[in-house]
Amino acid sequence: MSKLYSGAEIVFKCLEDHNVSHIFGYPGGAVLPIYDELKNFSSIKHILVRHEQGAGHAAEGYARSTGKPGVLLVTSGPGATNAVTALTDAYMDSVPLVCITGQVPTHLIGTDAFQECDTTGITRPCTKHNWLVKDINDLSEIMHKAFEVATTGRPGPVLVDIPKDIQFQKTKYKNYKKVKKLNGKSHDKFTQKNIDELIELISKAKKPIFYTGGGVINSGPKASELLRELVYATGFPITSTLQGLGCFPADDNQFLGMLGMHGTYEANNAMYNCDLMINIGARFDDRITGKIDEFSPKSKKVHIDIDPSSINKNVKVDLPIVGDIKSVLTSTLKNLKKSKKDFSKSNKHQISNWWEKIQKWRSKRSLDYIGSEEIIKPQYAIERLYELTKDRDAYITTEVGQHQMWAAQHYKFNKPNRWMTSGGLGTMGYGLPAAVGVQIAHPKKLVVDIAGEASVLMTMQEMSTAVQYNLPIKIFILNNEYMGMVRQWQELLHDKNYSESYTAALPDFVKMAEAYGCVGIRAKTPEELDDKIIEMLNTDRPVIFDCLVDKQENCFPMIPSGKPHNQMLLGPKDQKAKKITGKGRTLV
Amino acid sequence: MANSKSAYSVAGKKQRNDTHIIVVWVDNEAGVLARVVGLFSGRGYNIESLAVAEVDQKENISRVTIVTTGTPQVIDQIKLQLKKLVPVHKVADFKREDKNVIFKEMALFKFVAKSEKLIKAFEACKNFNPVVLDETKKSKVIQITALRREIDKMSKNLTKFGLVSVSRTGAVAMTRGSDVFK
Repeated sequence: MSKLYSGAEIVFKCLEDHNVSHIFGYPGGAVLPIYDELKNFSSIKHILVRHEQGAGHAAEGYARSTGKPGVLLVTSGPGATNAVTALTDAYMDSVPLVCITGQVPTHLIGTDAFQECDTTGITRPCTKHNWLVKDINDLSEIMHKAFEVATTGRPGPVLVDIPKDIQFQKTKYKNYKKVKKLNGKSHDKFTQKNIDELIELISKAKKPIFYTGGGVINSGPKASELLRELVYATGFPITSTLQGLGCFPADDNQFLGMLGMHGTYEANNAMYNCDLMINIGARFDDRITGKIDEFSPKSKKVHIDIDPSSINKNVKVDLPIVGDIKSVLTSTLKNLKKSKKDFSKSNKHQISNWWEKIQKWRSKRSLDYIGSEEIIKPQYAIERLYELTKDRDAYITTEVGQHQMWAAQHYKFNKPNRWMTSGGLGTMGYGLPAAVGVQIAHPKKLVVDIAGEASVLMTMQEMSTAVQYNLPIKIFILNNEYMGMVRQWQELLHDKNYSESYTAALPDFVKMAEAYGCVGIRAKTPEELDDKIIEMLNTDRPVIFDCLVDKQENCFPMIPSGKPHNQMLLGPKDQKAKKITGKGRTLV
Repeated sequence: MANSKSAYSVAGKKQRNDTHIIVVWVDNEAGVLARVVGLFSGRGYNIESLAVAEVDQKENISRVTIVTTGTPQVIDQIKLQLKKLVPVHKVADFKREDKNVIFKEMALFKFVAKSEKLIKAFEACKNFNPVVLDETKKSKVIQITALRREIDKMSKNLTKFGLVSVSRTGAVAMTRGSDVFK
């Protein structure tokens, strides 16, 4: 007779089966049996966070930097509700997470017991699927399925809610058997005809553009390689969404920079004027499209995505291709090479006018800003950070706001999985715990959270986690004392009524770092910035870097609300109606 | 739009709405209806009527029939989003005007009146397969099956015959002929 295992043991046996080496969590009454079992499974290391939201974002950082699912373990009630923000964030940005929650014993469910909440009810809209385990005999199968659902198709979070009595009960363990099809949900539906049509469109296009997103990164590092191959084989320009940064080298001449609300002038104008748009793993988010009725009016649109529901959701496309990007690109490249040898050369003439136009837009240098000798410009801080870290294969996380956009504009990513940012949900407080997760996954690498002072205070407690596990994460705060993006909108759209966007009382971040037991560094002038950054990089401990930047700086270029791509604001000078005064704030 | 104070884009052109009947085959498990219905409410889709019951006890499959309205784009989204749910096996979609599909709703009418009126009430129902389910000297419970708008009309017209209570199901649907939806 085979051995009987308790529910708690089965949880860990499943984690072992799925090669989980780290879990992020926080103990509590309803998960104590699982925590009790932790000591018997030495291959699984538990990272104790300071708040369940932190566990979720850390697991996200872990997942996005490795491509493996992130696992978190939290208790019932408040443990579960605290994790909801992170689950929703992962759902929006397609990050594979497996969240294990404790629940009150089955006989108490529905009685408003201590620390009881309807976890599966609350998390139903923010997970791909969730399970309440009511029978110990279902546990191993549910756990296996949880990993499968989280990692297949368009990845996302799942949740398994395990009542405390189930954790104690015993049963046989069922090993993981890979099932071929998940309830009829196959993902590679594309046909040879799709590919032929795509090749046809590629060969006819005079003004083409690739528009790529996080789906390329989710499809694995091989997909990024194939994308590069395809972009070079066609000679077409490429732009990327916020989440897709890194799948194509940002310093390559064919790369037009990020597109969308704070994208570059050349990327957005190319999107507006193109005659062929090839969307690879992006989802026509409203921050990308701007005014939908006037979105890229003259183009044929191709959309390659693994999720059929992402196609034709916001923008009607001419050629939908449902499939894993890796396999679609493999097939496209194979066919392109076969039917059109040396395509990039033979096609060069056909798209030369297009490139000329793009160069013209490029010459506007829309990311430029006026430098200053007295005060650190936030863009300058990021440029310096990039210059001083670019040879170190750094992993960058961010919080949400102006600093995030500046990081996306000025930090140049050359590899996938190096850029972790909360795009869909826009969760302030994401970056610090995400950096914890990234550093756990890559102990020897440089991990920097480019932060704003307002965001970082939302999950600051996780510094304590970083100190406990000797994680030398660098929290690079662009401190302007404002919720900068809120302030920017108020300046541009609400007649400079800065309602509640100034933080009148901020902690001393250097002393705070010391209080946490890590290192605090402050930079006040452009002159000392480089030395201070080098000091930060040379510190083999967690660092909070308080970079005092220009408080009035706005993030440009920008597509204002309700405008199409070709009506960008390039900066204060460009908006004639709104006169903005202040030193050094005119745009180049 | 120069003075728009929203960080979001403005709504585009409105398209015309169609009524569709969406049929969903799901695993009959706890919470599955909440998943289906939650998808509709969460994404702002309408539900006009809903009918659910287990149809295959061996395979544990329930059939959910939802009447909904939306633009062609919204209807497509509804189908694609439903297909993504883990317990969903297949999704069928029919236009209400579709001649190849039978739609039926059932209604129970309770009449309280004198016997002459009760007889007239039954007469009035005769086009809709009326069945008398309960009868006393003063009352009658009649079951009819009909289309939604027919039942709407009936419940209005029958008040004069002493209709005091109406209970009705959501629509259920079945294709005509020998074809089975796969």
